[in-house]
Amino acid sequence: MKPASFDYHRPQTIEAALDLLARYGEAAKPIAGGQSLGPMLNMRLARPEHLVDLNDLVELDYVRETDTELEIGALTRHHRVANAVEVGRSHPLLASAASTIGHYPIRQRGTLGGSLVHADPAAQLPLIAVLGNAKIIVRGQSGTREIEAGDFFKSVMTVDLRYGEMVIAVRFPKLLPGTGWAFDMFSRRRGDFAIVAVAATLRLGDEGHQPVIEMALGGVDAVPLRLDLGDWFENRDITAAGWTREAAAHVAATISPEDNKMVPADFRREIADMLCENVLTAAIARARGETP
Amino acid sequence: MSEARLISLTVNGETRETLVEPRRLLSDVLREDFALTGTHVGCEHGVCGACTVLIDEKPARACLTYAIQMEGHEITTIEAVSDAGLSPLQRALHEEHGLQCGFCTPGIVMTFEAFLRDTPDPGEEEVRDVLSGNLCRCTGYQNIVSAVMKAAAEMREAAGD
Ligand SMILES: Cc1cc2nc3c(=O)[nH]c(=O)nc-3n(C[C@H](O)[C@H](O)[C@H](O)COP(=O)(O)OP(=O)(O)OC[C@H]3O[C@@H](n4cnc5c(N)ncnc54)[C@H](O)[C@@H]3O)c2cc1C
Ligand code: FES
Ligand code: FES
Repeated sequence: MKPASFDYHRPQTIEAALDLLARYGEAAKPIAGGQSLGPMLNMRLARPEHLVDLNDLVELDYVRETDTELEIGALTRHHRVANAVEVGRSHPLLASAASTIGHYPIRQRGTLGGSLVHADPAAQLPLIAVLGNAKIIVRGQSGTREIEAGDFFKSVMTVDLRYGEMVIAVRFPKLLPGTGWAFDMFSRRRGDFAIVAVAATLRLGDEGHQPVIEMALGGVDAVPLRLDLGDWFENRDITAAGWTREAAAHVAATISPEDNKMVPADFRREIADMLCENVLTAAIARARGETP
Repeated sequence: MSEARLISLTVNGETRETLVEPRRLLSDVLREDFALTGTHVGCEHGVCGACTVLIDEKPARACLTYAIQMEGHEITTIEAVSDAGLSPLQRALHEEHGLQCGFCTPGIVMTFEAFLRDTPDPGEEEVRDVLSGNLCRCTGYQNIVSAVMKAAAEMREAAGD
């Protein structure tokens, strides 16, 4: 398995990279970690004429915090996202999900920007971006756009990115203090893409107020699916025993995953059911200050 | 469009030059141009781990890297793991029966030489998680895990803690 021929460019600045991407348009592809594009090139599923290597743009490898947001550069490797102190402190859910991507050597190379643009329906980082309403910062020669994660993912491996544009950074709203969170996934072998992945955040309401629960699923639709469970939680008592079971069953009944020979829809729904229960149980435990 | 270019890269501490088409895999250039055949090739899409080398000290798939990207970077292959005899990790793999045919072994050694440098005192669960990136078709993983744990303990002792 060897790639078709391509020409190779190694820009030293973001401007030079954008210049190359604009000049070659459809015929060019950026390469970051190469952990998704490499296999596609080697199997000749992708045959760009020009490869624009982003790896010298080290200014895009960073983690920065403001009062409310965590901003991570597009070239930041998964290993750093999983282990950076700032991420662990202000978005432990993101760190936890990133630590489950592929394998140790894959995480040393693969990048945040690459994972979002590759947009596998079951990938961890797109799921967390959609769940937490992250903003994706995209730049082209005509300027910078800020796209809500929920609008960025269009379909399977298809995102709102025009020829000539690249992802520069992602802004994740920090988790508010007291937020319980959890991520869980099922795959047949460690390191494979998930069959289903589930993430949730949960804040207990004050006396007499409803809790705020956000939940999203990967692998059950063409893009990460964010669920609005507000109606369902109306009038529910989440201190009552068995609510996580009921909520999980409700979610499983709501989704309509694709049916195929490798993974029948019923199987996927059962996995979603199990994962949702695990995730809600762990999230509420964390919200209460317990270790799940 | 994509003519061969003369590139220079550092492999096991030596600067080497070679003429490559941009599409040549690092794994092929190491094996065919530099005769460093210790880097094995299994799947060529990142899954099996046999081709794992160090790029600037960090483990990476040579099959998902194009040699032309490596100008100015340092590659370390299995051939350079130890100057004399076996490294503690290689010795532990030998003693614990952590290999049979040895096809997967160079990738495992490169992965864990780097991992143990970062994580000198790993738990067995962590070792198993990291080992998930290297497929072994004959030994089974138990002995490889024991070997890594043993090597980690020996390396800690040698470092004096
Ligand atoms: C064995 C194996 C197991 C894996 N398991 C998982 C897994 O469980 N979960 C998971 O999520 N991923 C998994 N991956 C994929 C991995 O996470 C990739 O790192 C990631 O999907 C792509 O990131 P990259 O930096 O390697 O991007 P590349 O492969 O370099 O590029 C991917 C795509 O993004 C584009 N691109 C890259 N950077 C930019 C940018 N800044 N702006 C615009 N376009 C850009 C490229 O043109 C290409 O289309 C696995 C990979 C392997 C080999
Ligand atoms: S040959 Fe590179 S991972 Fe299998
Ligand atoms: S020893 Fe034969 S593949 Fe691992």
